[in-house]
Amino acid sequence: MNALADDPGHETASPVGATIPMRVRDRLGLRFWLPAAWITMVVVLAATASLLPLPSPIETDFTALSNWPDRAHWFGTDQLGRDILSRAIFGARISLTVGLLAPALGLGIGMLLGMTAGYFRGRVEIVIGAAMDAVMAFPGILVVLAVTAYVGASVPLLVILLGVLTVPTFMRVARANTLVFAQHDFVLAARAMGATHWRVLSLELLPNVMIPILIYALLVVSRIIVVEGVLSFLGLSLPAPWPTWGNMIADGQVELATLPYIPFIPAALMFLTVLSINLIGERLRARTDLRGSVL
Amino acid sequence: MTSYVLRKLLRLGLVLLVVAAASFLLMNLLPGDVALALLGNEATPEAVAQVRAELGLDQPLLMRYLHWLGGFLCGDLGRSYITQVPVMESILDRLPVTIELMLLSQGLALLIAVPTGVLCAYKAGSRIDQLANAVGLFLLAAPVFILAILLMFLFALKLRWLPSTGYVPFMTDPVRNLAHLALPALAIALAEWPSLFAVLRGDMIKTLQQDYIALAKAKGLGPAFILFRHALRPSSFTLVTLSGLQIAATIAGALVVETIFGLPGIGRMLTGAVYNRDMMLVQGCVAVISVGYVLINFGVDLIYALLDPRVRQ
Repeated sequence: MNALADDPGHETASPVGATIPMRVRDRLGLRFWLPAAWITMVVVLAATASLLPLPSPIETDFTALSNWPDRAHWFGTDQLGRDILSRAIFGARISLTVGLLAPALGLGIGMLLGMTAGYFRGRVEIVIGAAMDAVMAFPGILVVLAVTAYVGASVPLLVILLGVLTVPTFMRVARANTLVFAQHDFVLAARAMGATHWRVLSLELLPNVMIPILIYALLVVSRIIVVEGVLSFLGLSLPAPWPTWGNMIADGQVELATLPYIPFIPAALMFLTVLSINLIGERLRARTDLRGSVL
Repeated sequence: MTSYVLRKLLRLGLVLLVVAAASFLLMNLLPGDVALALLGNEATPEAVAQVRAELGLDQPLLMRYLHWLGGFLCGDLGRSYITQVPVMESILDRLPVTIELMLLSQGLALLIAVPTGVLCAYKAGSRIDQLANAVGLFLLAAPVFILAILLMFLFALKLRWLPSTGYVPFMTDPVRNLAHLALPALAIALAEWPSLFAVLRGDMIKTLQQDYIALAKAKGLGPAFILFRHALRPSSFTLVTLSGLQIAATIAGALVVETIFGLPGIGRMLTGAVYNRDMMLVQGCVAVISVGYVLINFGVDLIYALLDPRVRQ
């Protein structure tokens, strides 16, 4: 590793790039590709939902109330005769939007703060750390509840609130990784050649810090999908009649004894999605750990 | 140990002040006029002014904060705008249900996590270990409200072993009280088990590689004695910290689980208050829960220091 880092030609990519040839034959396996296929399917369906030949997710059909799954309605219809397949696909949009945008927001801010803290250390680090501790002193879900009580539930608000709440953890991961990589010789070499702080941070450290953060972000995505599910289950996400997985489960729970498919179909979709993201994350984490041991 | 506790206490005081200020500001800096929200849009300006004066909203922010903080320290959180019941009274009324639910679920989670974690660390890599890890992976992906509905469907609606909704106070009938809380507590416990299990198993595996464990084996001590008397305590530091941190998860869990099972706890009251936009009640609940959360974390730090003398320095 040091030998590579001393070679200026490799400096930007060395810790990452150096080991790729060694692991290129390592197969990801079914435990990666099956979940990846599921996620791809959910994302594609959600993205193209309005182009697909689906019945309306919000129009009630009184001729088809509470139909169990059959050929006309693959997932059945709910108590208002709305097609559950259509609602599930449109509902996936909310889970995915919140689940991707909120962590993206948190990652952006958290990485900026974490890299600043980890690189400059000293007073900057203390101030940022204290601010993050203050955010973490609050149970996050309470903040979301209290604010939505005041300004009303909406998806953009949810993205901002949940995004801010993920900042401290992203900041910690970014800081820890910056601390490690800033010790490496390639950073010292860059500094010795007169690179500015900005250059070191953006070209030397960012590519290395990015990978563990992105893998960690997968975990946050699955967690945020669950939190969005809880909030929309409580009626604090997208307002009715628009579907989210959470409010579909809440609506269906009323008829749990007689029509269990209504809540269990969206529940199963959410479970499979979260499980898939976790499996992908675990596989990728195992790979990067291996990389660590090779080094 | 004394200086450690003093330092921690100082920090605790600061954090509590911040948390109290944040709960207060949350309700006072957000857009929207409480008096208007209370009276509706058709209210006359005089009526609005009167309500604002009654609530002290015409005072400067700092005065309002000091006034609120003074009340908070004396246990006075104002009255609900809607029901006119003192907020503290409503909270104290509901708090025991939530605390019982949290204690039961946390206890249950540890009760399952400790033996499984110890066993799977001892038999790491075996079939039973693989099975437990797979179960953990699945449970980790199952949000608590899905687990709650599943448990309700299986054990309350299909098998009819336990009641699906409702609540009986412990003092009235302990057995029925526990019957009502069993499924809600189990739902939260199952959601928390995977991380507790994984942490204990991981730490335990490391502990079991220590020389003093080899010595204990060489002395001829039995595996159960070694595992529980020699290895468990030094392996449980992370577990203790985590189970403290998970109180936050339990709060989120309690919100939904109380709603699903119709338990009259503070979580269901808070969700109701959010729907009704009962700001005083929301603010009170947020303040009490946050302070509780900070105090629990403080307690966890102290237990940690007791378990591991190295932390104190």
